[in-house]
Amino acid sequence: MKKMTTRLMLIVAACLLLTGCGQGWGWYVVDPTTKSGFINLKFLMSGFWYTILLSIVSLLIAIPIGLLVALPGFSNNVWLKGFNRVYVELVRALPVLVAILWIHYGLPTLFPSIDLPVFWSGVIALSLCETAFLAEIFRAGIQSIPKGQTEAAQSISLSYYDRMRYVILPQALRRILPAIGNQFVYMLKMSSLVSVIGMGELVRKANELAVTEYRALEIYSVLVLEYLVLILVVSAGVRWLEKRMDADESK
Amino acid sequence: MSAAIEMDQVSKWFGDFQALKSVSLKVNKGEKVVICGPSGSGKSTAIRCVNRLEKHEEGSIKVDGIELDDNSVNLVRQEVGMVFQQFNLFPHLTVLDNLTLGPIKARGLSKAEAEEKAMAYLERVHIPEQADKLPKQLSGGQQQRVAIARSLCMEPKILLFDEPTSALDPEMISEVLDVIVALADTGMTMVVVTHEMGFARKVADTMVFMDQGEIVESAAPDTFFGQPRTERCQRFLKQILQH
Repeated sequence: MKKMTTRLMLIVAACLLLTGCGQGWGWYVVDPTTKSGFINLKFLMSGFWYTILLSIVSLLIAIPIGLLVALPGFSNNVWLKGFNRVYVELVRALPVLVAILWIHYGLPTLFPSIDLPVFWSGVIALSLCETAFLAEIFRAGIQSIPKGQTEAAQSISLSYYDRMRYVILPQALRRILPAIGNQFVYMLKMSSLVSVIGMGELVRKANELAVTEYRALEIYSVLVLEYLVLILVVSAGVRWLEKRMDADESK
Repeated sequence: MSAAIEMDQVSKWFGDFQALKSVSLKVNKGEKVVICGPSGSGKSTAIRCVNRLEKHEEGSIKVDGIELDDNSVNLVRQEVGMVFQQFNLFPHLTVLDNLTLGPIKARGLSKAEAEEKAMAYLERVHIPEQADKLPKQLSGGQQQRVAIARSLCMEPKILLFDEPTSALDPEMISEVLDVIVALADTGMTMVVVTHEMGFARKVADTMVFMDQGEIVESAAPDTFFGQPRTERCQRFLKQILQH
């Protein structure tokens, strides 16, 4: 309950900051009590759906791939280890925006028959970039589990798969949950870049409205609030999940 | 009849440091071998080689007649149980799940069969009432007894103990040793690395003294404690028995 209050206060404070100050503001443009303001507000909020969908789908795709990239890093095989390092270093160096542009505008030249909708171009770019970071997070999580756990699992002759599935990963996941939550927040923000190829998410909607209403300040202020609310909701969700999984081992 | 464990001229290095120097050791079926020696003498490394938690680099190890290498390691691990100094229980699983994981996943038992077996072994280590708790809710002595029960659930032919009481508070040592002594009476083949000499005298068929990666002395307990041959062994026993 206390946390809820903190969150509410944050939002109220942000609103006051944006509304309170002086001249030049024209909140009428998004005033829900007027008809046009209500329509504008509804238009801005309609971007929520794609922002959320882009981020969730990208994260859900990136998690298993990130794990599959991380695991070879623990192999004694030079090639498998090398694959992990090369993948992480290459993909990590790729800026999200560049990935979006390259996949959406560059790739069709190579494969003219494939016509990727903007949504899927965005998902591929976001999840690709995310896999490198998730792979490193998984690596850190798995590394943090004491060697004795693996040895005990080996001594009861569990296979590699069973060792990972039942002994190492459940423990590692609890430890990296905060980091994955962090990546989800990061993903929510990065999804704004997909607006450049015409995805109708939050930023795109704001841009469209800003050029017709000439009220950039108010419209982008609403945008700031939209992201704030979204991310506060996500971090509350992650905290709830952490509690549910009893992730805090220090207690 | 083949021996339970046959180590022949086994050597092992960690970088430049030679941890095992041509170690040869034969353990017969049903035999109890206690290995002692100063820290860093290679005793843990020696038994960890038996289920390939460490790979030996020279020589050969046969477990129950099977030559131990990368291909046979899973076969061998089915025969060999291990109890660790730090217990190494799975902290996210209940005691019962710790015990049934191996039998279900590696032995293919049904959940009911595995649980029945697990409860039987928990009785044997005197803590059936703790079955639904998490390891962190138990005392060190109880945790180690759970670890012993976990190895037993795999029905191994050989049990290895790597300093099973070294991480325990003094008042918990005897409850664990009692369980191991009772186990020894069932005819299980056991190799125990320990500093508990009273216990060693009670259970050992053979005492082995290691120093600097070598087996320096190997004898029946009476001879070993009564007339140690080498000077190194005499010195070690004098130090350890003074306390």
